[in-house]
Amino acid sequence: MSTETPLAPIGSTSAASPGPVQTQRRLPRFAAAGLFLAGVAVGALLSALTGFSLALTVLYGVVLGTLAVYAVSRQVEGRRKATDRLVTSLVSTAFAIAMVPLLSLVYTVLDRGLARLDASFFTNSMFRVVGEGGGAYHAIVGTVLITALTTLIAVPIGLLTAIYLVEYGTGRLKKAITFFVDVMTGIPSIVAGLFAFALFTLLFGNDVRLGLMGSVALAVLMIPVVVRSCEEVLKLVPNELREAAYALGVPKWRTVVKVVLPTAIAGLGTGITLAVARVIGETAPLLITVGLITGTNFNPFEGRMATLPVFAYYQLTQPGTATQAFIDRAWTAALVLIMLVMGLNVVARLISRLFAPKTGR
Amino acid sequence: MAKRIDVSDLNIYYTNFLAVEGVNVSIEPRSITALIGPSGCGKSTFLRSLNRMHEVIPGARVEGKVVIDGQDLYGSDVDPVNVRRQIGMVFQRPNPFPTMSIYDNVVAGVRLNSTRMKKSEMDDLVETSLKGANLWNEVKDRLSRPGSGLSGGQQQRLCIARAIAVEPEVLLMDEPCSALDPISTLAIEDLMMELKDRFTIVIVTHNMQQAARVSEATGFFNLNGVGQPGRLIEFNPTEKIFSNPDQKATEDYISGRFG
Ligand SMILES: Nc1ncnc2c1ncn2[C@@H]1O[C@H](COP(=O)(O)OP(=O)(O)O)[C@@H](O)[C@H]1O
Ligand SMILES: [Mg+2]
Repeated sequence: MSTETPLAPIGSTSAASPGPVQTQRRLPRFAAAGLFLAGVAVGALLSALTGFSLALTVLYGVVLGTLAVYAVSRQVEGRRKATDRLVTSLVSTAFAIAMVPLLSLVYTVLDRGLARLDASFFTNSMFRVVGEGGGAYHAIVGTVLITALTTLIAVPIGLLTAIYLVEYGTGRLKKAITFFVDVMTGIPSIVAGLFAFALFTLLFGNDVRLGLMGSVALAVLMIPVVVRSCEEVLKLVPNELREAAYALGVPKWRTVVKVVLPTAIAGLGTGITLAVARVIGETAPLLITVGLITGTNFNPFEGRMATLPVFAYYQLTQPGTATQAFIDRAWTAALVLIMLVMGLNVVARLISRLFAPKTGR
Repeated sequence: MAKRIDVSDLNIYYTNFLAVEGVNVSIEPRSITALIGPSGCGKSTFLRSLNRMHEVIPGARVEGKVVIDGQDLYGSDVDPVNVRRQIGMVFQRPNPFPTMSIYDNVVAGVRLNSTRMKKSEMDDLVETSLKGANLWNEVKDRLSRPGSGLSGGQQQRLCIARAIAVEPEVLLMDEPCSALDPISTLAIEDLMMELKDRFTIVIVTHNMQQAARVSEATGFFNLNGVGQPGRLIEFNPTEKIFSNPDQKATEDYISGRFG
């Protein structure tokens, strides 16, 4: 029955469509949603029959709801519209599936992390704390310092590489650099950590631990991300602007500094901020390079430092006397880390809005 | 200020592709010279070789001589950056700097080259340049607004103001009106008539009426087929080109268009 089309083909003169533009029969506004919900209800019933389970209910419901909408739409609205509705539901379902882990993660972290999200978490370190109380002040300081140092190393190298690739590079060298940047993107973070570890051990002997080591490891991970995002942004700067500057007798390097970079500043800022967000949560390389301490260390050039991810890891794996307090602190550290990353994303958006070229009249 | 340009035996390449071959021409100072011809025959390429903008494209190169006031632009001791300071250019699509205000766009040539200049001198330069480009009255109240907020015709005049603010000797224009409406086009044509007292102007145009209206001399470029190099077929006073051209190809092109 799905092969018969209730609509006249385009071009035929049916009573329903006298004009050149054929009027389509449409499902009423809420019919599709209603049909879908009906399908879901039937699905819930089905799963209830076989012993209720949430996953099965959702699965049956979505499949039946989609089929119901498709079948009815095909009857009433014709094939093209029905296909449209089918694909719309497929895409929405895929989106919903993608959102599930995110929402679940945010919910869980909030649920468990809020317990210790108090002022003392931000003001106390773990110095001489073996049970309840304490905080992650030292880890927050460490994460901020190490990440800042990483940015200081990675941004100049990454940005200059991107400028070279877009503005100056030609031929083989450019191809080779692009290739190696791609390779670097794929380096597992533990390998970056081992690299920094080996490098500093070679330079300073055994048992060396300092914040800078962690920054170097993270920079290895961050540089390719910075290069890639800056490269894309610089490529977006219209060539006409470069030519306009050249035609005014502006040398190439000054064109890059004063025309290309300012034009791209919004995108560059966003790209760099997102690259920071990418490395701020790295655990493995920090675990083997900067280790962990219970006190606060402000000097990244000497001694171990605490960082949020490593802090969370140890709180969870090596709880002291009061297990629950340690687990709570781990969740709160995770929550603070997520908040930092979200904060960076907000900053990225602000940057791109603030610096975007103004076109208003 | 204005200078004459002598081009001899100029061949222009993109890597190994010969785009324009054997151009010999003398362009008079304080006049408007128009270049016409079908698409792809190398008008833009030739124009860009006059201020060494051509070599900005990777692999692009030039053989032959372009002499301005006795100096060969392609001499081994000549810095292309200096050439471009003397020979300004206006492009087909208006391209004001999007990050800069109208004011900053006009003084971009000065600022970007870090030439020291007092604020009052700078203000004067902006005013004279914008007046020179017939834009002053329209923008004098909003000099600090972004240049990209102007209409297409205004943007193009802003680009002309920017080009003349660095006091070049020659002004090259590559189809400066092809992205503009008829009224803006007339405004730019009027402007060119005023500017020719001070500058040598070379303009590429697709619009033959425009060439006939504004130019003293006209060059006709043509090519024999796809992949063949473009050539300067005929170069004569504009009146002669449009009434009694020497070459059959010129006559065909012009009458074909006027049909
Ligand atoms: N960047 C470039 N690289 C390679 N070939 C080019 C480039 N620009 C133009 N050409 C070629 O040079 C020839 C002349 O082009 P152009 O000067 O733009 O013609 P016109 O301006 O007369 O339309 C054309 O065959 C074109 O394909
Ligand atoms: Mg052209």
